[in-house]
Formats: sequence, C-alpha cells, structure tokens
Amino acid sequence: MKARQKRILFVVAAVIGVSLAAGMAISALRGNISYFFSPSQVMANEHPSDAVFRVGGLVVKDSLQRQPDGLTLTFDVTDNAATVPVSYTGILPDLFSEGQGVVAKGRMGPDGVFMAEEVLAKHDESYMPPEVADSLQQSHVDGVVEMVTQ
Amino acid sequence: MIPELGHFALIIALCIALVQATVPLMGSFNGNRPWMELARPLAYGQLTFIAFSFACLVQAFVVSDFSVAYVAVNSNSLLPTMYKISAVWGAHEGSLLLWVLMMAGWGAAVALYSKNLPLAMIARVISVQGMVTIGFLLFTLLTSNPFDRLFPVPPEGRDLNPLLQDPGLAIHPPMLYMGYVGFSVAFAFAIAALIGGKLDAAWARWSRPWTTVAWIFLTIGIALGSWWAYYELGWGGWWFWDPVENASLMPWLIGTALLHSLAVTEKRAAFKSWTVLLAIAAFSLSLLGTFLVRSGVLTSVHAFATDPTRGAFILLFLCLVIGGSLALYAWRAPSVSSGGHFDLLSRESSLLMNNLLFSAFTILVLFGTLAPLIYEAFGWGKISVGFPWFNKMFVALSPFMVLLLGIGPLVRWKHDAVLRLLGKLWPALLLTIGVAVWVAQAEFAASHLWVTVGITLAAWLLLSHLTVLFERLKNRPGGVVGGLKSIGDDVRGGGRGFYGMLLAHLGVAVLIIGITMVSTFDVEHDVRMSPGDSYELAGYRFEFLGATAVDGPNYNADRGHFLVYRGEDTVAELFPEKRAYMGGGMPMTEAAIDAGFLRDIYVSLGEHVGDGDWALRLYYKPYVRWIWLGAIFMAIGGLLAVTDPRYRAARVTAPMPDLAGSAVKA
Repeated sequence: MKARQKRILFVVAAVIGVSLAAGMAISALRGNISYFFSPSQVMANEHPSDAVFRVGGLVVKDSLQRQPDGLTLTFDVTDNAATVPVSYTGILPDLFSEGQGVVAKGRMGPDGVFMAEEVLAKHDESYMPPEVADSLQQSHVDGVVEMVTQ
Repeated sequence: MIPELGHFALIIALCIALVQATVPLMGSFNGNRPWMELARPLAYGQLTFIAFSFACLVQAFVVSDFSVAYVAVNSNSLLPTMYKISAVWGAHEGSLLLWVLMMAGWGAAVALYSKNLPLAMIARVISVQGMVTIGFLLFTLLTSNPFDRLFPVPPEGRDLNPLLQDPGLAIHPPMLYMGYVGFSVAFAFAIAALIGGKLDAAWARWSRPWTTVAWIFLTIGIALGSWWAYYELGWGGWWFWDPVENASLMPWLIGTALLHSLAVTEKRAAFKSWTVLLAIAAFSLSLLGTFLVRSGVLTSVHAFATDPTRGAFILLFLCLVIGGSLALYAWRAPSVSSGGHFDLLSRESSLLMNNLLFSAFTILVLFGTLAPLIYEAFGWGKISVGFPWFNKMFVALSPFMVLLLGIGPLVRWKHDAVLRLLGKLWPALLLTIGVAVWVAQAEFAASHLWVTVGITLAAWLLLSHLTVLFERLKNRPGGVVGGLKSIGDDVRGGGRGFYGMLLAHLGVAVLIIGITMVSTFDVEHDVRMSPGDSYELAGYRFEFLGATAVDGPNYNADRGHFLVYRGEDTVAELFPEKRAYMGGGMPMTEAAIDAGFLRDIYVSLGEHVGDGDWALRLYYKPYVRWIWLGAIFMAIGGLLAVTDPRYRAARVTAPMPDLAGSAVKA
C-alpha cells in the first residue's frame, strides 16, 4: 500500500468511527436528558406524564413535613404563581431549606404529587428557574450586603 | 494601604506583560539580541510583582481586613488561619489572582530552566506567555479586582463557604490550576514554534517535560477533587460528571493525548501539526473550562446576564486565544513537512489511535457538557444531561483504549508484523482469557457482566505490561532474573521514562478495578435509627450509640457515635458530624469514614428527626481507594518520566535519543 492510500484508509476509518460515535452519542442522549419545568408549567400539564423531568422553584415556608416512617418528606415548590407538592424519601442535601431554591428530579405521580428521586439545593442562583432566580438573585445580593454592612 | 499596594503591583505586572508580549518577540524577528535577552528578566519581574500582589491579598485575609470587599465576603475572624489563607482562592477574584500567579511562576520556571534553548525560541515562548498574562491581568483588573474596598467597613466577615473549610480543598484548587496553567507552557512552545515556522524533534523534546509536569499536577488535582467530593459532600460519590468536573477532565484527556503525541514527534518527527493542534486544544480547553465554570455559564445560561462585563470579556478573550492560535495554525501548519512514514501496524499508528480515542472522548464530554447550552440556544427547552449518558460513553470507549494500551508499548516504530506481536503476546492473551473465564463463572461476579469485563481489562493491562517488562529485561546479563535485579540501576540510569510509562499504565488497571468494583458492589442505605439500634449492611453491623452536641472553633455540631462490627469483632468506631457554621449558619455534613485498602465504611448524619432519632446514610464502598491509588500511580509514573536524565542532557539538537522502548525493539 502506498502512503497516500494508507492515509486515505486512515481518514475513511476515522470518519466512519466519528460518525458512529456521534450517532451513538446523540441517540443515547435522547434517553438521558431531563427537561426542566416550572411549577406553573406543571400545573398547566405541559410536563411529560411518563418520563423523568425536573421541577424547580422555591420551597414554600412551613410546607416541609416528615412522614411517620421518618425518611419520607413532603414539601411544596412554588414559582410564586403555582405550587407543586413534592415527595422525597431519603436525606436532603445540606443546603436544602424552606424559602430557598430547589430543583427536584423525578416523575409525576398519579395523585398529582411529584415523586422526586433526586433533590438538588444550592445557594447558587444558577440552579433556579430564571423567573425565581431573578427575585432570588436580588434577595441573595441584599442578604450579602446586609450581612457585610450590619 | 497594603491592598492598594497589591492593586498597584498588579498594574505594574500588566505593564511588564505588555513589554514582555512585544519586545522579545520583535527582537526575535529582527535579530536584536538585547531585546530577546530582555525576555528572562521580564519573566522574573512578572513573577515578583504578581507574587507581591498575591502576598498583599494573603495579608488582608490573615489580619481579617474587612475593608476589602473580597475578604469581607469570603472570610471571618473566627476562621482558623489555615483556612484564612486558603480562603484567598475560595472565590472568583482570588482564584483568578492565583491563576495569574501560577502563570507567572511557570513563566519564570521556563526562563530559568531553558539554558539550552536558542535565544529566539525562548524569547518567543516568553512573549506568548506574556500575551496570555495580559488577558488575565486585564480580566482581573477590569472585572474582578480582589482589592476593591468596601465602605462602610463591616465589623465581621461573612465567612468562607463551609464546604471549602477542609484541607483537601485547600490544596485541590492550586494543584488543578498548576495543571491548567501548566498547559500554557506547551501552548506557548507550540505557538512560538508556529511563529518561527520551525517544528522539529527538538521542539517536541523541549515541550515534553513541561507538558508532563502540567499533566502530573492536573492528575493529582482531579484526584484530590474526587476524593474531597467523596468525603466532604456527605453522599459518597466520587465522580458526578458535573460540568465543573468535566471542565477539568477535558484538558486532562487532551493533555494525555498530547503527552503521547509528543513522544511520536520527538522520536519520529511525525504528527507535528497534530501535536501542535493538541497543545493548542489542551490549553484552550483549560481556559474554556475555567472560564465556563467561573462565569457560571455551564450551570446556567443566565450567568451572562447577571454579570455582562465578565461574560463578554470571557467570550472575547476565548475567541482571541482560540481563534488567534487556530488562525496561526492554519497559516503556518501546512508548511510544516510531515515527518517519517509509517505502516498501519506500527507504534506511530497505535499512538495515533490512542490520540483519536482520547480526542473522541473529549469531544463527547464537551458535547455532553455543552448540550444544555445548545438546547437552550435553539429553544428546545431547558435540559440537563444525566450522568448515565456520560457513563455510557465512558463504558463504550474505554475497552478499546485498554485493549490498545496493552498492545501499544510492544509495537515497533515504523513497521511491525502481526505474527511477531502475537509471538510476544500470546502468553498474556491466554492468561487474560483464563482470567475472563474464571471471573465469569466466579460466584462474586455472578450476573455482573461489567465486573467480568472490568477485571479482564485490568488483567490484560497487567499481563501485557509484564510482557513489556520481560521483553526489556530478557536480554540483560543474567537473563530476566539478572534483569530484575538491575531494575534499580535501570531506574537510576536511562530507563526512567520506561518505568514511568509502566507505572502510569498500571495505574489505569488499578483505576479500572476501583471503578468496576465500587460501581457494582457498593451498598448505600438511607435509614432511620434510634440510639441503641443496629443495622446490618454488606456483612457489617452498624450500632448507633446516639448523638451529642460538640463545639468547634467556628461551628456547633452534633456528633454521632457508631460502632461497626463484623461478626463479633469491632472493626471501627465512627464519629460523623453535622455542623452548623456560625458565620452563615450553613449546615455541613462531616462524614465519618473507616478507610481500608479493600473497602471503606462510610457513615454520615442526615437529620435529627426527633427523640434522639437520626436519618442516616450508611455506605459500604468496596475498592473505592483504588480509584485514587490509580491516579497516584499515574502521577508517580509521570514523575519518573520527567526526571529521566536525558532531559537534563545539555544538548540542543540531540541525535535520536535512546528510546524508552529500545530494549523492546531489540
């Protein structure tokens, strides 16, 4: 084989490999992404009924309740326009607290309660839905200023 | 006063960088020696002023000068001194200053350890580094000045994020940054070579040790980050495919490809333009990663909106660096003669395959990381890519990498024959198949296909590299036995690169075992326990003796007390804590871990659920230490390779050096 042919062979093999990998990667992506919905969208039934999705907003004050088994918790998530009840079994992240932002990943149960498999909570505005993030961002900044200037 | 001095020193450093970026470079074109000779003193001056500036910021933290806004937001007078210092790089502004400091440090190191380089080359390298430094200093001064004052001065600081109050995280960012910034040296060498139009084996030889050192730091940095996440976040995960983690993994993957590609360029003068491209990519990905993470673009597209100046600056700088270097590449690279020819079955080809696989994996990680941005940009909705997708990609590619890794070091340069390779590798192949069959029917691996695959791959790596070692030693005086005895001399002599390679590759095997075992056999239970309760998990019995209140220097905590039994024997006494930090009132879980070579036992306190009862996490993590052990192997391997005496040889244009694999060739 001449050097030129070899090079062509390499290129062809590389192109085939890359296309295969890309095809695989993209088709696999479809099954592994989860869309984000705000409580308002969920209440308007825009969410998928049979797939995992994420819902996020602020945890409503005084809504956190521990069920008798000691590990299951329920709380409400709001975007100040609509509220979704969420149920989660397990230990909540350190930064979870009422009045703070949260994103829950899971499925909608038949009774209209969102069954969370995973709960993310951060004091980081980036985990907020944009509408809530704006107000949160504001309160966050206020909080910092207040804390530093008091 | 001192913060102003620090600020002023940064401005002087910027002025130095401006001179550094232009004068030596121009000198290299018109042959003006004094201008070129200015490069080294400028690099030292750069380091001096930035180090001074950094010291000013450290001082502000140590004396808790809350008139500096950055200190007020990220420190607290109750903070232990160690964390006051590490708080310097605990947030955006300070970590940027740390980045610039390291950049200057690498620049000075290049100036110091480059006595054998032609003056024009060193002038260009230092100029290119000056250009990058300009970008960062401007970014710091214009958008993220850590020395900004605050008025009125608050009496107390807000506190460092409790997650960061940990020795692991005090050293993790500097390590990581050393790696990121270290790739700027390879980048500067590549750009300097492109500017000069001279890409040759000597260029690769100079870049190689620098790239390796950067790679070692990055390896350690990533491993530290993984270890920190494991014990500090309280949920026992060691890798989450979080954008922040991906941002560090991508430069590592490309850096690994670059290491191997540099080997070909140095020894066979082939792949030159490809190597340059990798050097550009490694540093660009470092930049992209750090910036994306720091600007928050990755977790939210709206970070640009929250700080438009920073976002815009980042985009502009990225475009300049990536666009500029790629344009230079497109202009100059075609004129670079392609080096030695090689056959389909040759060391070159196998290293090319290695490069392609690493690049493919990088592209996949990049794609997965940026997919949420892409979806958002096209208005397809807000998504997040789950870590199962990344796992799938990793599992799909890594077997090919490992199979190749077993063959590569045995293949000859330029041309090889399948039969010759089979002649060397058949014992390893047969034994590997034996291991596969044994594991497949073994009780512990029953119905876990991936355990069989993982252990087989690790066995293949071990056995094929034993073959490599055998091939090197068999022609020694006294045969293999004599060779084994002479390994010490070999390591002290010219064989360090070879043993470094061996160790790093074995690190991959160790890592694979760790990942396979912990992913398949870990047991995680969230439970509710009352004082006196016992819970059985993975053959261990956890007895909860209750929780008591304890006070730390700047936090109050509940401390749980556990006894862990195996049969009748007590194997561990664990004290996990739940802390509330005084500064921000932020809660923090301190997991208690009984670490072992073959398994970790991990307990973390969830919440007090009333009457002394606690919600708890009990984990059994087999072989989890092997993951970091593998990384340590790789880092030591890199260290061996970089201390190979041939890099100290005082020759500028060396003849083809003694190959690491020359004994294999024989």
